[in-house]
Amino acid sequence: MSQMSAMNRKLIQNLAETISKQVKHFNKTETMCLIRLFNGLVGEQTERRAGNGLDRGKFRNILHNTFGMTDDMIMDRVFRAFDKDNDSYVSVKEWIEGLSVFLRGTLDEKIKYCFNVYDLNGDGYISREEMFHMLKNSLIRQPTEEDPDEGIKDLVEITLKKMDHDHDSRLSYADFEKAVREENLLLEAFGTCLPDAKSIQAFEADAFRDPFEH
Amino acid sequence: MGLALVRAAQWTTASSGTGKLEITPMNESLLREILCFVEQFSARHPQEARHVFKEPLQWKTSLEASDFKTEYDISGDTVQSQEKDKDGHPLLHLSPPDISVSSFSQLSKLLQLARGRKLKELRACLEENRDPVVKILGPSFATVEGQDSSVLRLLEKVKEDDQGRETEVKVKLLILLQQLDTQLLSSSLKQLSQEVRLSPAAVKSDVELLRSFCGTGEKRILKSIQYTSDYEFNNGCRSPPWRQVHGEICYLIVETWDTEPLFITCSTAGVFLNGGIKQEGEENAYERKSDIYKDLVTLLRSHSPHFAENINKQDFAVQEEPLSMLKIPHVEAVDVEETGQTQRSYEQQRKNVHEKARQQHVPNKLGGKKKLEPSPKWKNLGLASPPDEADEKKARKSGTSEKAGESLLKTQRPESKKRVDVSGSSLPGRQSSHKTKTSGGVVGADDFSESSSESEEDEEQPDRRAESSTDLPSEYWQIQKLVKYLKGGNQTATVIALCSMRDFNLAQETCHLAIRDVGGLEVLINLLDTDEIKCKIGSLKILKEISHNSQIRKAIADLGGLQTMVRILDSSDKELKCLAAETIANVAKFRRARRTVRQHGGIKRLVELLDCVPDSASLTEEQQKDVEVARCGALALWSCSKSTRNKEAVRRAGGIPLLARLLKSPQKNMLIPVVGTLQECASERSYRIAIQTEGMIEDLVKNLSCNNQELQMHCASAIFKCAEDKCTRDLVRQYEGLQPLVALLSQSDNKQLLAATTGAIWKCSLSMENVAKFQEYKALETLVGLLTDQPEEVLVNVVGALGECAQRPENRATIRKCGGIQPLVNLLTGTNQALLVNVTRAVGACATEPENMAIIDRLDGVRLLWSLLKNPSPDVQASAAWAICPCIENAKDAGEMVRSFVGGLELIVNLLKSPNKEVLASVCAAIAKIAKDEENLAVITDHGVVPMMANLTNTTDDKLRQCLAEAIARCCMWGSNRVAFGEAGAVAPLVRYLRSKEPSVHQATAQALFQLSKDPNNCITMHESGVVKLLLGMMGSTDEALQEAAAGCVANIRRLALANEKARYG
Repeated sequence: MSQMSAMNRKLIQNLAETISKQVKHFNKTETMCLIRLFNGLVGEQTERRAGNGLDRGKFRNILHNTFGMTDDMIMDRVFRAFDKDNDSYVSVKEWIEGLSVFLRGTLDEKIKYCFNVYDLNGDGYISREEMFHMLKNSLIRQPTEEDPDEGIKDLVEITLKKMDHDHDSRLSYADFEKAVREENLLLEAFGTCLPDAKSIQAFEADAFRDPFEH
Repeated sequence: MGLALVRAAQWTTASSGTGKLEITPMNESLLREILCFVEQFSARHPQEARHVFKEPLQWKTSLEASDFKTEYDISGDTVQSQEKDKDGHPLLHLSPPDISVSSFSQLSKLLQLARGRKLKELRACLEENRDPVVKILGPSFATVEGQDSSVLRLLEKVKEDDQGRETEVKVKLLILLQQLDTQLLSSSLKQLSQEVRLSPAAVKSDVELLRSFCGTGEKRILKSIQYTSDYEFNNGCRSPPWRQVHGEICYLIVETWDTEPLFITCSTAGVFLNGGIKQEGEENAYERKSDIYKDLVTLLRSHSPHFAENINKQDFAVQEEPLSMLKIPHVEAVDVEETGQTQRSYEQQRKNVHEKARQQHVPNKLGGKKKLEPSPKWKNLGLASPPDEADEKKARKSGTSEKAGESLLKTQRPESKKRVDVSGSSLPGRQSSHKTKTSGGVVGADDFSESSSESEEDEEQPDRRAESSTDLPSEYWQIQKLVKYLKGGNQTATVIALCSMRDFNLAQETCHLAIRDVGGLEVLINLLDTDEIKCKIGSLKILKEISHNSQIRKAIADLGGLQTMVRILDSSDKELKCLAAETIANVAKFRRARRTVRQHGGIKRLVELLDCVPDSASLTEEQQKDVEVARCGALALWSCSKSTRNKEAVRRAGGIPLLARLLKSPQKNMLIPVVGTLQECASERSYRIAIQTEGMIEDLVKNLSCNNQELQMHCASAIFKCAEDKCTRDLVRQYEGLQPLVALLSQSDNKQLLAATTGAIWKCSLSMENVAKFQEYKALETLVGLLTDQPEEVLVNVVGALGECAQRPENRATIRKCGGIQPLVNLLTGTNQALLVNVTRAVGACATEPENMAIIDRLDGVRLLWSLLKNPSPDVQASAAWAICPCIENAKDAGEMVRSFVGGLELIVNLLKSPNKEVLASVCAAIAKIAKDEENLAVITDHGVVPMMANLTNTTDDKLRQCLAEAIARCCMWGSNRVAFGEAGAVAPLVRYLRSKEPSVHQATAQALFQLSKDPNNCITMHESGVVKLLLGMMGSTDEALQEAAAGCVANIRRLALANEKARYG
């Protein structure tokens, strides 16, 4: 048994070594911690599916419980953003790559990530419809409103006016990037898809605790 | 019509069963249309009218047998129609109060018979038969919402059935009924869309309806209903424009039978009770005091049981008259062109009404109810309140005439023009307030004991709301919309709305007022209390901009925004801290705000922000953020430090060493607020000492040579305030600060800078070593050049500096050679007291040179000086009197000159009554000079100078003692003045002067005593006062004049004693 865990540790170390070379923002120790955390999360998962990585449900649970996200659609999109090879599982590498942006990304990386999340159909543009879809729950419906969607439509128009620099009624990556650089607040213009400072701090404190402490 | 009845009609109880149709305009119009349909039915479709209903429609009627005429079999109470169905049952059967009807022909006849009660009958009928179609055609045609396949079913039936004839009629009937249904639905939809938000028209018609229910009769449901204002704007609203912004339409006072009078606000959102608006203008009365009801009737119903009980009993008959007008079939089919026209004529009517209203209001205005007065301006403003806009939109949508659209455009254009005007006109106001700031700073600087600019630049200005909200540009509505999203949006929507709001020109006053008036400030400040960092940042970014407006500042303080912002200073997010501090810096421009910041621990937190390490040349990103935080903190402290107690609070919070550290920062934008704060605080002695001891002078001097004028100005200003202290002046010289100061004199375009620089030069020139340096840098030549065409705050300092420099003889010559005498003398005619004090001093200093004096005399400068003795300010009086002394001394024919000033001698003697010691001393000094001329001495003796001076002898002020003694010595030269002084009791006090520690007093006193001792009685008094011993001591002085005077005096006393002995022992 001890041989097993020793081997296991060796494996993790090797893995951490390779991944930490490829991923920015995490050093080797941190990478190891994240691998261990990942293994823990996957391990809890039913054994039969293990090996592939975190499935959607599990991942969404993490987003919800650890990072306080609530919007189902955005959480799905975040999962998609993590799951780069699109196999419906977040592998250990995807996990660490994703977290590197998620927790410590530079503005550039975050802009890319957010655009990715918001581009629902992945065609490289955020269209009017996609905006509408993402913003549709952002206003309290007033019963007196003639057209309850009017406010949302208006919000979409406001956003377009602000961000659509080439006036083609949709946001290209260039549009999005330019707008966010001008006004950082627009990074998460269509819904919260990044954790706030507090939960980042909490997560890192928890994840990067000295593994031999307990 | 099933659908229409289910959906559109408003039932008293939501569930089915025997609900009642409410009395609402909507139901009324529904009923009216159904009535039309039924009445016309038998005439239009005779065949279908004869079709017998599957089941009769039954209800309780108010009709009686007597109402029926021919074609009916009447037996007692019961009535049967002659028309029968194929089974022989009568198509109408009445046995009061029950009635059953089985065909449309009977139905329409019945309604004709009912006459005035027809609506009531129809209502009763529909109330009992919620789905009449079922009864008419059978249960398979029940109205099922959403899916209507009845026609299809019927068609199938047609195929199955052979009774083609009857079914065909049925189909037609069904189609007709469905037509009616759609027609009803569409017209009620039109009404619904109007009703969702109340419009002025709807409110008006409601009020009219209720008014017809008012009165004193038994059955009346209300006592009275009235508007608070007779004035109606041309958008139909009666509320004042600044309330219309909130969607309020009008205010009502309703007296019911069973409650207190109800004060009601009708707004587009609904109807609610207010705080009791009897007339407009009581601001706090606008508050909502109840739930919002959808219309007036509902509100009254819930507040007045009597009303609720009786309103349902009321017949529609009350409204009978307008109904009869509407008998034209297919009302809604009226062609669109026509509606457009009626609308226009309606508008015209409104305009007329409006004109009349205006005329009516003219006498009102004279009556003094100014606040209630709708200004004629409002008329043209197109105060389009939202419902009106909706109306117009609808008008356009329904394709009405293009003219309506055109007129819309026309009304908007002049508006935008006006907007430009407003923004333009608001500028001078801001500039002027800016100006008062600077002048406040400089004038105040002269008076160190008080805080420099506690003289507020914006003490809370009166609210200009009414004036400025008269123009409602398009931004207004856009901002209102954004604020709505802020209120009703989640974090994402809020951030978008905030970003969008920032795209408005937030420097413009119209936007400020728009944000405030639509309740945006409350929302923005509330956002600061949330946990969402992005919302807080967005909100602060806006608040930071709009808080440049003094009214917004006041509003932010009123709403408790400062407390929240002070709390945000504890946040861990640096951007947030920066924004909060910057906003505080903007808001804390008035005293109350500064106090609030202090009282909520803001000063301490702001001082903590200063704690960063700025000196390393290359900073990491984090360090840069820290520096930025410190800069913002310094900005806020700068604003706050305009209050004396805040200065103290900054010091106690340990701000001084932090400021000293930041002062070494290489960044200019950091230095400006830091030096600004320091120069503001330098009005406090504790700060002046700290600035000197913490080595800040060196940095201040260093920054004098930077290339930023604002920074230079603050540095100069700080030195100006600190250089009162000699050590500081020396430090400035040691750090070679004098040359840069002189160099700054060339920046004569920037008056603020020039004022600060000349101030610093003035104070520095209090040290003679510094004056020597200034000579070296040829400062005097430049300063003389600044004597003309400068603002007073510059002149005060320039003249002050010249006055100090002129204490050295070579400078007096320099001033003369540069042509400085004339402008100086010219300045004697000014009114600024601070300036006059300095000018008289400078002129006085110059007058010590005979050559200068000649010029002054030629320019009649002495007369000007003399007339300044009449200045109400004691400082000016004293300074003028001091200046007069050298003039008299150095002028040719001084006695003649003095005599030539009519009333001049009397004037100066009378100043001996002044309570101000400095004035007294200076006047005594002047009298000593005047008294050199015998004739003048005679005149002032006549004016009673002797007893007046004798009165002053009891003083303990050494300066006054010296001057007084000199004057007394001089005045003894005339007539019996020596005796008079003795008699007035001046001798004994003079003897006491010899005990003073001041040697200069001794000399003057000894001389006075010497003169007085020429009178024997005085000698006796002196002797009794023990003068001899004192004088003997004086004789040993190194001062020859003193020796001589003392010896002379003792000799006189001795001579008297000898004479006395001789006489006695003879």
